[in-house]
Amino acid sequence: MPTFVYMTRCDGCGHCVDICPSDIMHIDKTYRRAYNIEPNMCWECYSCVKACPQNAIDARGYADFAPLGHSVRTLREEAKGTISWRIEFRDGRVKEFVSPIRTTPWGTIPSPAELAPPSAEALESQELAHEPDALNIESLPALRPEDLKAGAL
Amino acid sequence: MGLFTRRKTVFVDSDILVIGGGMAGCGATYESRYWGRDLDIVCVEKANIERSGAVAQGLYAINCYMGMQWGENQPEDHVRYARNDLMGLVREDLGYDIARHVDSTVHKFEEWGLPIMRDPETGRYQREGKWQIMIHGESYKPIVAEAARKAATRVYNRIIVTHLLMDEGKPNRVAGAVGFNVRSGDFHVFRAKAVIVCAGGASHIYKPRAVGEGMGRTWYAPWSSASAYALPILAGATMTQMENRIVLTRFKDGYGPVGAYFLHLKTYTENAYGEEYESKWYDHTKALVGDYVDMHPVPTCLRNHAFLEEVKAGKGPIRMVTKEAFQDPHKETIGWENFLGMTIGQAVVWASQNIDPKHVNPELTTSEPYVMGSHATCSGAWASGPSDYAPDEYQWGYNRMTTVDGLFGAGDTIGGTAHKFSSGSFTEGRIAAKAAVRYVNDLRREQPRVSERQYRELEKTVFRPLENYEVGRNEIVAGTVSPSYILPINGLQRLEKIMDEYVGGISAHYTTNEPLLTRGLELLDMLKEDLDHLAAEDLHQLQRAWELHHRVLASEAVTQHTMFRTETRWPGYYYRADHPKLDDGDWHCFTLSRYDRHSGEWELRKAPVYHIVE
Repeated sequence: MPTFVYMTRCDGCGHCVDICPSDIMHIDKTYRRAYNIEPNMCWECYSCVKACPQNAIDARGYADFAPLGHSVRTLREEAKGTISWRIEFRDGRVKEFVSPIRTTPWGTIPSPAELAPPSAEALESQELAHEPDALNIESLPALRPEDLKAGAL
Repeated sequence: MGLFTRRKTVFVDSDILVIGGGMAGCGATYESRYWGRDLDIVCVEKANIERSGAVAQGLYAINCYMGMQWGENQPEDHVRYARNDLMGLVREDLGYDIARHVDSTVHKFEEWGLPIMRDPETGRYQREGKWQIMIHGESYKPIVAEAARKAATRVYNRIIVTHLLMDEGKPNRVAGAVGFNVRSGDFHVFRAKAVIVCAGGASHIYKPRAVGEGMGRTWYAPWSSASAYALPILAGATMTQMENRIVLTRFKDGYGPVGAYFLHLKTYTENAYGEEYESKWYDHTKALVGDYVDMHPVPTCLRNHAFLEEVKAGKGPIRMVTKEAFQDPHKETIGWENFLGMTIGQAVVWASQNIDPKHVNPELTTSEPYVMGSHATCSGAWASGPSDYAPDEYQWGYNRMTTVDGLFGAGDTIGGTAHKFSSGSFTEGRIAAKAAVRYVNDLRREQPRVSERQYRELEKTVFRPLENYEVGRNEIVAGTVSPSYILPINGLQRLEKIMDEYVGGISAHYTTNEPLLTRGLELLDMLKEDLDHLAAEDLHQLQRAWELHHRVLASEAVTQHTMFRTETRWPGYYYRADHPKLDDGDWHCFTLSRYDRHSGEWELRKAPVYHIVE
């Protein structure tokens, strides 16, 4: 379902332009508001819909297979850590869902630079950052080279 | 904008350059900083890493998690699984390497704030299947991107990398990359000591089922434009298994995922007449592939094969039987949230067509083929394996280094390692990054050099489509038809048509043969020549032009490899009608290719498969 933008809600802030993975949300030069410049390269990922502070962006199912009259709306609330969905069928049936999106406050992931620097020996080992601790097992598994055998060529 | 007057050239020098900020790129960026505290680490991304790559939309499951802490699976088990699914051919050394590290990655994701569902009875992660765990992953990518941003010296968003730079002091060594900013048009020259390609695989090289407004609703993201392959191919890296494209059985039109439906909701498929059909094709499939059909689970391609045969026999559509499972409100919620978390478009298709799976069994379809290195398929660059156990033939330097010195890869870029998915791609990025830090440390005084001549020539090439448009548009009144140029969309649709008709796309029932491939290569050659006459009206179209360049080169690799492997290894992914059977005598091996960017010639050969796990 390619996205479209409601004229009366969009204020041209450009959040959708910044976030669109397909680079298809652009600002119209005349109206100074956003629009989808290339609907056939839209994955309907809703990144722009979720990012819009004005709730100005919606999606209408791809015209080549989706009949009109449906809607899938979403509200992503970072502070609450939830995303809410409302699905309306062409025949009017409605379904609603809410899911968590994150269990920690935004911005709280530490930089790896804040951790104790690894030793020179650790750099030569097979272990990655946080290992073996983060594996929750005693040590990193490994195969023995003598177990190798060539398959049929 | 004037063509060569007002454009700035921006130089960015770094120790490690990560190209692509998806799952693999974020893993590479994070790990580079952990091991390289004093290094300059730059991540460059054509979109915005907050929502880029295949996980931009979110995911509802992590498909690669061992659960070693609970004794659920060991890395060896995952190697066997991936090997069986790919009909015997995977780089077991690389696959084992990802599997032994992946749990630590997933545990960090949870610590960072990714909601992973728990089994209320055991307290362990909620399993969807043997390898999959269920997550509320709407913000999977923003969370992972936050970790990468914290780690990077700098993240450059909205810069598409078009070419790699080569060292002028030492042959076959990488020295950085060039690209342009899709907003400002500035030309960027990234000089780096090591480069990790973490770009995306290939959607839109085959004609999709929807060719109108819905052409963007491909299963794999439309922004996955084969840079994972074109960048190393152009640099002369050896590639492997490029013939191993993947076809997905998914819900019709939206390509909504079926994993949770099969594994967790226990839904199942039937033909139009309510009959089970897979067992019907057992003998037929056994005659083609022998004992591989008896593997458990049945390889993905062979399940596709039964589906395709049933449809060809006129018993379609194939439907997923959901009506029973969806009577349970908990399962109904999971079924819907599964889409909302990762393929919202399927929810839209169902809402628009009044398909409520509680009352209607929805149709399934098979997608057009995609080329990738991270899903149930393993195309990509031929990479050096882990030093503690990889066979000598798979080891020529640092882990995940390609055959080009200093050029590393992860995710879709690295071949032979199927079933890594999101967590495995991030993990492979970490593996490659640690090795790249060691590479940079070991370089000492042998720093790569890039001449002005090299990047200025590339600059001309990169911006030529703008010039073609400026000049050519004066020849015509208006519109899109010119005798002197084609637009990126024209070239893309020609590519999709060639690949579809000659290299085993949907309209050919995924079937090809030597005469078709030969003709396909001739047409691809002409398309390559025409790419010199691509025209871009603006910077957005210039991005599309370079995505097309990358897709065409990857498609040529796919076609060359398909020609080389004279067997049908993966029926259900594609068929060589002139060699319809699996042939373990001649083809229990990897296919390797190397492209000469000067002559345009491809060189293909075989490499042995080492089975390191019983």
